[in-house]
Amino acid sequence: MRRAKVAAGDGVSMATMFTAARPEEILLPVKPWFVPVTLFVGLMANMLPLSGVVLTLKPDFLALVLLYWCIQEPRLIGVGVAWCLGLLMDVADATVFGQHALAYAVLAYAAEYFRRRVLRFPPWQQAAQVAVLLLFCSALVALVRVVGGAPLPRWTYVIGSLTGALLWPPLTVLLQWPQRPTRSPGEF
Amino acid sequence: MRHITVEPPPFFHRGPSPLARLAFFGLISLALLFADTRYRYLENIRQVAAVVLYPVVRAVELPGEALGFAGTYFSSLRQLASNNAELRTQLLAQAPAAQGYPLLEQENARLRALSKVEARFHGPATAAEVLYTGRDPFTQKVFVNKGEAAGVLPGQAVIDELGVVGQVTRVFPHMSEVTLLTDKDQAVPVKVERSGVRSVMYGAGTGRLPELRFLSPNAEIQQGDRLLTSGLDGTYPAGLAVAVVASVERETGQIFARVTCKPLAGVDSSGQLLILGQATAAPPRPEEPAEADAPRKGRGRRRG
Repeated sequence: MRRAKVAAGDGVSMATMFTAARPEEILLPVKPWFVPVTLFVGLMANMLPLSGVVLTLKPDFLALVLLYWCIQEPRLIGVGVAWCLGLLMDVADATVFGQHALAYAVLAYAAEYFRRRVLRFPPWQQAAQVAVLLLFCSALVALVRVVGGAPLPRWTYVIGSLTGALLWPPLTVLLQWPQRPTRSPGEF
Repeated sequence: MRHITVEPPPFFHRGPSPLARLAFFGLISLALLFADTRYRYLENIRQVAAVVLYPVVRAVELPGEALGFAGTYFSSLRQLASNNAELRTQLLAQAPAAQGYPLLEQENARLRALSKVEARFHGPATAAEVLYTGRDPFTQKVFVNKGEAAGVLPGQAVIDELGVVGQVTRVFPHMSEVTLLTDKDQAVPVKVERSGVRSVMYGAGTGRLPELRFLSPNAEIQQGDRLLTSGLDGTYPAGLAVAVVASVERETGQIFARVTCKPLAGVDSSGQLLILGQATAAPPRPEEPAEADAPRKGRGRRRG
C-alpha cells in the first residue's frame, strides 16, 4: 500500500471523494476484474429498453466507458478489445455488421493517441475533448450507413454524443472511486 | 520514447503498434461491412450472437418490469373499485351491440357466401410485447418477445389495437425484429377506404411521414381519408387500418400528387402487439403469356 499516497496533506474528506482525482494524485492500481465489469455494465446500459425523448438523449454508454479505460489504462484496453465490443454492439442493435466495430476501433486509437493531452486537463475541459471524439465516432457510423444507402440522420443524432460528454466528469469520479486511496496518510 | 535508441527491455514490448492494430481491425470491419450489406452472409453468426445476448436483454429489463409490477400492486383499492364500476357501466352500455353481434356475424357470413368474397382474417395470431426499440437511428425497428419458439415467421404482419404497425423481418429463437411502417422504403399496399383507390404506402425514414407514391394528381383522395390494407401482397390481410392522409399536394407541373400519411397505430409508442399468422397460402402465380409476349414484340419492332 506504499504506492497509495494522497498528495493533499490532510486525510480524504468527503469533498475530495466527489471530485475527480487531480493529475498529481497517485491512484491505486485498477483491479483487473473491475474493467470488464464496467464495460459489461456499459453494454447493458446501451441495451436498456428506451424510446422517445430518452432514447434521443441516451449517450453511447459503452463508447464512453471504453473511452475512459482507453485513456486511463491503455495497456489493458486497446483497439482489439474495442473492436470486439463493437461487434457485440452491432449484434445487439441488429445493425450492419462491422459499423460499431470500426467506429470503436477508431475511437480506441484516437484515445490512445490523445490520452496524454486529455489527462492534463481538468474534467470539464476533458469533457469538451471527449465530445469531439464521440462526435467523430458517431460521424463515422453515419458515414458508413449513408454510404450503405441509409437516409441522412436528423440533427438530433448528435445529441447523444453531447450528453455523453456531459456525463464524462461524473463517470470519471465514479470509475475512479475504487482506485482512490481511502486511508489517511497517518495510517502508513 | 523516440529518443531511446537501444532495444527496450522485453517487458516494454506491447505487440504491434496501435496504428498497425487499427489498420488490421479496420480492414476486417470494412470486409464485414461489405459482406453484410452486399451478400448477407453473416445471418447465422447474428443468430448465434443473439442467443448469447438474450439473457443480457432479459436481465436489463427485469428492474423496469419489477417497478411496473410494484406500481400496479400498490395502486389503491379505491382506484380499482372505481375502475371496476366504470367498466361495468361500459359493459352495460355495449351489451345491446354485443348481443346483436352474433346475429350480424351470421348475416355477414351468409352475405359473403352469397357474393363469394373470402372471409376476413381469422387466422392464428400471437400476442407479443415490445422488448425495446431498435437503437439504430437510421432504421425504424422494434424487438418483440416472441420468436421462432412461438412460431413467428419472417414476413408476418404486426398490428396493434389501432392498426398496422409493421412486418416481422428477422426471427431469433426467443425474439424477433419488427420493421415499422415508417422505416425507409417499407411498403404496404393500401386502398383508400372512401373511394377504393389502390396505392402503395412507402415509409420515409425517421421523423418523416410515409407517403403514397405514383398517384396521379386527379386521384380520388383527400386529406383525412383513411387507408386500409388492400391485401394484394399476401402479407397484410385485407381491411386492416393503416393510416390517415395528412396532406395532399397537387401541383400542375408534377406528374404525380404528393400524398403524405400519418400512421394510425402507435407505431413508436404501443407496447402490446399482435403478430398475425399467414391468413391463406398465396394462390399460385398465373402463367404470364401476355408479359412474355410483350418484350418479344418490342424486340421485333426494334429489328423491323
